Amino acid sequence: MLLEIRDVAMRFGGVVALAGVSFDVGRREICGLIGPNGSGKTTLFNCISGIYRSTAGSIRFDGHLLTGAKRHRMIGYGIGRTFQNLALFRTMSVRENILVGAHHFGRAGFIASALRAPGARAEETSARQRLSTVLDMLELGAVAEHLVASLPFATQKRVELARALISSPQLLLMDEPAGGLNHSEVDQLADLIRAIRDRMAISILLVEHHMNLVMRVSDRVVALEFGSKIADGSPATVQSDPEVIRAYLGGGVHAQAA
Amino acid sequence: MAGTRMLAIMAGLACAVAIAFALSGYHLFQLTMVVTYAIAILGLNIVTGYNGQISLGHGAFYAIGAYVTAILMSNYDVPYWATLPVSALICAAFGFAFGLPALRLGGLYLALTTFALAVALPQLLKYPALEPWTGGVQGIVISKPEAPLGLRLSGDQWLYLFTLAVGAVMFLLAANLLSGRIGRAIRAVRDNPIAAEAMGVDLALLKTRAFAVSALYTGVAGSLGAIAVQFVAPDSFSVFLSITLFVGLVVGGVASISGAIFGAAFIVFVPNLAEQVSKAAAGAVYGVILIGFLYFIPSGFAGMARRILQRMIPQRPAMLVRTEVGVRENGHA
Ligand SMILES: Nc1ncnc2c1ncn2[C@@H]1O[C@H](COP(=O)(O)OP(=O)(O)O)[C@@H](O)[C@H]1O
Ligand SMILES: [Mg+2]
Repeated sequence: MLLEIRDVAMRFGGVVALAGVSFDVGRREICGLIGPNGSGKTTLFNCISGIYRSTAGSIRFDGHLLTGAKRHRMIGYGIGRTFQNLALFRTMSVRENILVGAHHFGRAGFIASALRAPGARAEETSARQRLSTVLDMLELGAVAEHLVASLPFATQKRVELARALISSPQLLLMDEPAGGLNHSEVDQLADLIRAIRDRMAISILLVEHHMNLVMRVSDRVVALEFGSKIADGSPATVQSDPEVIRAYLGGGVHAQAA
Repeated sequence: MAGTRMLAIMAGLACAVAIAFALSGYHLFQLTMVVTYAIAILGLNIVTGYNGQISLGHGAFYAIGAYVTAILMSNYDVPYWATLPVSALICAAFGFAFGLPALRLGGLYLALTTFALAVALPQLLKYPALEPWTGGVQGIVISKPEAPLGLRLSGDQWLYLFTLAVGAVMFLLAANLLSGRIGRAIRAVRDNPIAAEAMGVDLALLKTRAFAVSALYTGVAGSLGAIAVQFVAPDSFSVFLSITLFVGLVVGGVASISGAIFGAAFIVFVPNLAEQVSKAAAGAVYGVILIGFLYFIPSGFAGMARRILQRMIPQRPAMLVRTEVGVRENGHA
């Protein structure tokens, strides 16, 4: 198993956001994570990527114990992520935003950078090669020099994805990538998510409200409600699980997907 | 585009050198101070403009640099040029040591802590126990550097060209730093610290080092200023200096390298101008000019220059780009 989540709990004062959640994500697996608003999905993401320190439980990733590890080390372990509400560097160009995702490959410090030492230049060259690969993959080449803040929302989301991909993650955490996208864009996103998994041979943990998308791309789906896991299995079994249908009040999963 | 920019920089530098032979005396001294303050403001810009940490006390690092040079020259007979690297190292060390705890505070607390440093430093420089080095209230007088033998330059010309050369190298190094891996990280931390950290940037380390580099720049400027003025005293480095540097930063343009030069020109020339307009109410005139500037060019000189350039150099029309993106939006994989 690549990611092992065991009894992870998180409370904010009196609010129990996660009440002991356990599940695994395998290598090259796309795992959907669903649940009504406030069920703890983003909180779990934040626990995995170290932004929150879980109050109990453990998270292991590829042999490393993540609980307690430094936040800036996560990307080096192979965990890339996108954010539910965009977290881009607003004053920087698309190219520079994505290049920050390659920061952890570099060693050049202040002095080497200021002097443009050969090592620093070599790193910059290899970063640019990685950059051109992801620009092509996400079709961002035409807007590479634009300020991110000046681009449409959907494009900004792709920039965030590119920034995560350039880091060569083994596990990609995607928090509501379809939010704000129109129908045809969601279809393209589904193809893209599968293409990323196939071409880069990585695992993806996907939080999404768009049931259609989750059920189409996921190999497995985990459902949360009030911070607890209520279902875990193939898309078909989770979709018809009575607990899940009840959680998504009246009419269930299918109504939500429409 | 990079070629045009290089050409513009070379042309500007050539003009700056040529001016040394067109002006003399006080005017040359003023230009020397413009270059000096430009380096100081660039230093402040690295930490405040690029890294988003407000410092209201950079005058303190300027003062430390000035005193290091003055003490080395007067007490230890170190040649003026050799004091610069020493001053750089000492100021970087001060910046690092001060930044380590102060940066944990962040935001407005950092602004106040740096302000407190700038308030306290002149008092510290007057402290009797330090008098053998600092000269107490009297300060230190240092001798004016001569042009190296064989160069037929006046002392003022040499000092200006020397300062200009140091400034050119420091601006080049800063431009390299800010455009590369570290520069992107510095700006990323300002724009979104949580995302920057998730991208592998060690926030505490990066901020502290940026603060140290910033102090180094402003400290070297202090050294150059001391050499140009040939005198240091506690009262030359009141909090007003820190605020003046901050004014230069904002007027020149936040997060702009060339803006530091405009900002420096502003803080050197505008007070003189204000005095010429009205001796009695120079402060009020200065205030009015400052407010006028901020009102008419809120993005600073550098922002205005960029807009004018954009108008002069034809660009792809924005609509076309939009449409291209739109087409891509609909047809992307
Ligand atoms: N930083 C926080 N402080 C306090 N409460 C929080 C915080 N983050 C999340 N919560 C609470 O935790 C619960 C789960 O939120 P979240 O993880 O964002 O849900 P989801 O992403 O599934 O919609 C909610 O009740 C939310 O209010
Ligand atoms: Mg959420």
